[in-house]
Amino acid sequence: MSETTHDDRVALGAAVSPDEGLTASRLAARYGLTVSGARPSLAEYVRQLWDRRHFIMAFSRAKLTAQYSQAKLGQLWQVATPLLNAAVYFFIFGLILKANRGLPRDVYIPFLVTGVFVFTFTQSSVMAGVRAISGNLGLVRALHFPRASLPISFALQQLQQLLFSMIVLFAVAAGFGSLPDLSWLLIVPVLALQFLFNTGLALIMARAGAKTPDLAQLMPFVMRTWMYASGVMFSIPVMLADKPQWLANVLQWNPTAIYMDLMRFALIDGYGAENLPDHVWAVAGGWAALFALGGFVYFWKAEERYGRG
Amino acid sequence: MAEPSTEQQGERIPTVIADELHIVYRVHGAKTGKGSATAALSRILKRGEERGVRKVHAVKGVSFVAYRGEAVGLIGSNGSGKSTLLRAIAGLLPAESGKVYTNGQPSLLGVNAALMNDLTGERNVILGGLAMGMSREQVRERYQEIVDFSGINEKGDFITLPMRTYSSGMAARLRFSIAAAKDHDVLMIDEALATGDRKFQKRSEERIRELRKKAGTVFLVSHNNNSIRDTCDRVLWLERGELRMDGPTDEVLKEYEKFTGK
Repeated sequence: MSETTHDDRVALGAAVSPDEGLTASRLAARYGLTVSGARPSLAEYVRQLWDRRHFIMAFSRAKLTAQYSQAKLGQLWQVATPLLNAAVYFFIFGLILKANRGLPRDVYIPFLVTGVFVFTFTQSSVMAGVRAISGNLGLVRALHFPRASLPISFALQQLQQLLFSMIVLFAVAAGFGSLPDLSWLLIVPVLALQFLFNTGLALIMARAGAKTPDLAQLMPFVMRTWMYASGVMFSIPVMLADKPQWLANVLQWNPTAIYMDLMRFALIDGYGAENLPDHVWAVAGGWAALFALGGFVYFWKAEERYGRG
Repeated sequence: MAEPSTEQQGERIPTVIADELHIVYRVHGAKTGKGSATAALSRILKRGEERGVRKVHAVKGVSFVAYRGEAVGLIGSNGSGKSTLLRAIAGLLPAESGKVYTNGQPSLLGVNAALMNDLTGERNVILGGLAMGMSREQVRERYQEIVDFSGINEKGDFITLPMRTYSSGMAARLRFSIAAAKDHDVLMIDEALATGDRKFQKRSEERIRELRKKAGTVFLVSHNNNSIRDTCDRVLWLERGELRMDGPTDEVLKEYEKFTGK
């Protein structure tokens, strides 16, 4: 009821409510109403997200299961897909191109497979992140939940996917003579840090993709360039031996290269600490913290606008 | 039907206030003209306001106050902005200008978007419940109730089959049963009344009445004037995004029926 009608109502003489004549915002304040769809504070947002943790888990698992539910082999594809991937890369880079410069064969094959899987983890998180909001606009426009649930859920789905790939990876490593030992325990912190990094990146991409859906077309090329610059199929220090040291350092300190190298170091016996760049753990932790926190805040800043599409 | 005169005895507590609300959709790739790649390129190169984007002004300056205990019907021809207005009240669509103030969190009745056809009915019940913000315990408690209400298992063990194997009626029944399992402060129903066969329709209408009793304020979008007359004491009539009329159900419906030529 707007204020302009105030006088007319008074003229009618009947019981006049004290609310008459208040502006909408004053009336709202009087009865403790809040603006619908306003962005909560960061602390409140984290709390809401925590309340939705079961939904986030259930959604990521549901997406994972739904992926292969029409296939006859069903969930077997969770393991078969990475296995076939590894076989293709082995065939091309191991047998035909012989890209194993500077690395013995029993190191190179697990080196390559680790690289492919670890990079794919980040790559698929980015691609899922771009579509996390823009591809689920129906959900965003129908139900209330902190929107960060979606990119986080997709990153979690990729983590679960990677855990299936790890089964293949363990088999390959063991098959080429790197048997399980204590250093395999390092896999846990490496995966945790990479997951944090991926989630942050997925959150950033989700906000960018919500505004510019074209990114879904562009990102595959960006990701492929990133893959070739990260030393997935070759060792960066060996490949860049005749180039200045700083160039190799820069490439090696890029987040995916760091996580790949740490994973290789943990898994493969013949891949020792001499292959790692300086301050490798600090850099790994730094990237994870920077992207997870930065990405989360960046995503939260646009929380109230995701429904617009 | 609650007439304003009887209501004035108690204090009228507002639960939803819309203040000069405008909603604009931006549609990509719908700019009139050629849809070819070269046309798209020239649009990008040309300077100007937002390129290749068409704006649809769906709600234009709507203001109203809804009070506790009211059931408000929304009517208007197709594309008049009813569903958009509901989404904006729920805070799901950001306003271009103007504001909506609400008491608590209004919810739309419906979980369709959260459900996945490739999952079993069983998992969809859980997923849908969690998506609506129920806790795991609440979902577990209500699970049997939801399945029984949907009647999915009346013809054998269908709940353990993927939802894509359901007939459209069965799927609609399950979706309604999940959506109606939660209580809401401010409830908004978008043409949800007509789902399933006659028997299920009766059951769902009853459930909606129950939800209405528990909810503080109800908004109902429907093209069925009878269901509006049955449930609502007040009606907002939207036409082309503008609030054309706001008043007691009988008055507004009379005008509306005149307008639609019935």
